[in-house]
Amino acid sequence: MNDTQNSLMKTDKPVGIVGYGAYVPRFRLPASEVSKMWTGGTGGVPIQEKAVNGLDEDVVSMSIEAARNALNRAEIDPQLIRAVWVGSESHPYAVKPTSTIVAEAIGAVPHTQAADWEFACKAGTEAMQAAIGFVGSGMARYALSIGMDTAQGRPGDALEYTAAAGGAAILIGSAAEAVAIIEASYSFVTDTPDFWRRAHAQYPSHGDRFTGEPAYFKHIMGAAEALLTGLERTAADYQWAIFHQPNAKFPERAAEMLGFSKAQIQPGLLSPRIGNTYAGSAVIGLTATLDIAQPGDLILMVSYGSGAGSDAFSFRVTDHILAVRDRAPKTEEYITRRQLIDYATYTRYRDKLKMA
Amino acid sequence: MEVSRHWRLRTQRYSLVGEICPNCGVKLFPPRDVCLECEAPAKELFTFTGLGEVYSYTTIYDAPAGFERYVPYTVALVKLAEGPLVTAQLTDVAAEDVQMGMPVEMVTRKLTEDGPEGMIVYGYKFRPISLTA
Ligand SMILES: [Zn+2]
Repeated sequence: MNDTQNSLMKTDKPVGIVGYGAYVPRFRLPASEVSKMWTGGTGGVPIQEKAVNGLDEDVVSMSIEAARNALNRAEIDPQLIRAVWVGSESHPYAVKPTSTIVAEAIGAVPHTQAADWEFACKAGTEAMQAAIGFVGSGMARYALSIGMDTAQGRPGDALEYTAAAGGAAILIGSAAEAVAIIEASYSFVTDTPDFWRRAHAQYPSHGDRFTGEPAYFKHIMGAAEALLTGLERTAADYQWAIFHQPNAKFPERAAEMLGFSKAQIQPGLLSPRIGNTYAGSAVIGLTATLDIAQPGDLILMVSYGSGAGSDAFSFRVTDHILAVRDRAPKTEEYITRRQLIDYATYTRYRDKLKMA
Repeated sequence: MEVSRHWRLRTQRYSLVGEICPNCGVKLFPPRDVCLECEAPAKELFTFTGLGEVYSYTTIYDAPAGFERYVPYTVALVKLAEGPLVTAQLTDVAAEDVQMGMPVEMVTRKLTEDGPEGMIVYGYKFRPISLTA
């Protein structure tokens, strides 16, 4: 497209994030435990440790807690929420929406839309884009979008080091009530077979060397560059940036390619400490960044989902952030609340015994 | 598993919705439609804050059907901040770390599931208050 200014995704009515909430389960599996199990502890590891959900947790229960945090920050009547949308690749049911259970638990039913979204690791941000459109068109006063996963890697696969549990809920409403105004977003999508899971398969498969340049970097750069060009901005105009985090290295390199410093991505770079939370990855980086951002700050967020595509968003933080921030636990509190587990306990928690 | 019975209980189970007596103001959980204090009809819904403290507890090593995979786990009588006592499983805490009077908060978790193909039942549990808000 030649005219990116006109191709930016913008709403008729100004909208923003009016509430946000994170969730990270408390268990952590150190990457050294995985490496000890499969390689005798030799070789490097892509992150320090990853978050693992407990036996009684799944995308439903985790989404409910994140949604309650978002509602506690927004302090709105849940009956005014006209859409509850959950993006994940680990919905507990293949048929029966996660979103109706979440909507029921937060008191948003029955006069609401509900749906589950899927697009590998960008299911959360596409739900967010849809929520922006829903509110921005005037169809809804509030719409709740959630990116949440309990990701699994095949035992012994490289993904087992990083596939993690966590995510965030983002409540969209009018710009007048917002803690961060949404300036614009931009999506960039192609058919790229870098990672997939067939309908009845328990674990995903991936195209090994296919994952870097033609997949992650191409789409992240495509979406980010078009958004920045359309807004006539560069990295220097932004205080903070968040990129999808399959490991620690990819987002650092994407940031560098776009001209962002390590300091700009540091607050939202959570993968070294919690792993890759898939559909939760970009949005929980955003909640961690909102927890420390100041009024007037500009934030860039770019998700990535295999298959493949990226959604890029530009936010401007408002004064309202200062009043709202402390009404719910911060992302960092969830990250520091941690209990280490060993590989044997992990196996029990993730029901992997049947693979042995 | 009786799907219909679990479905009828979902509101009280997911978000601790009970009742309040319009006559004397006593809060009821679980909802029973009649006030325990003054016997007046009490059908007005009341959503509890989910805050409370451990009143008594016991650790389960020999679990009933559907709960085997969670052993050992702790079941507590929780005194809600609004008054009622509720029996619930504790979560996010090791059995040896539970104490009488420990402040807890409600979370919605998986309670049980009807095998790999059946319904998943979600409901309230309580965990120690460790996060600030
Ligand atoms: Zn009464």
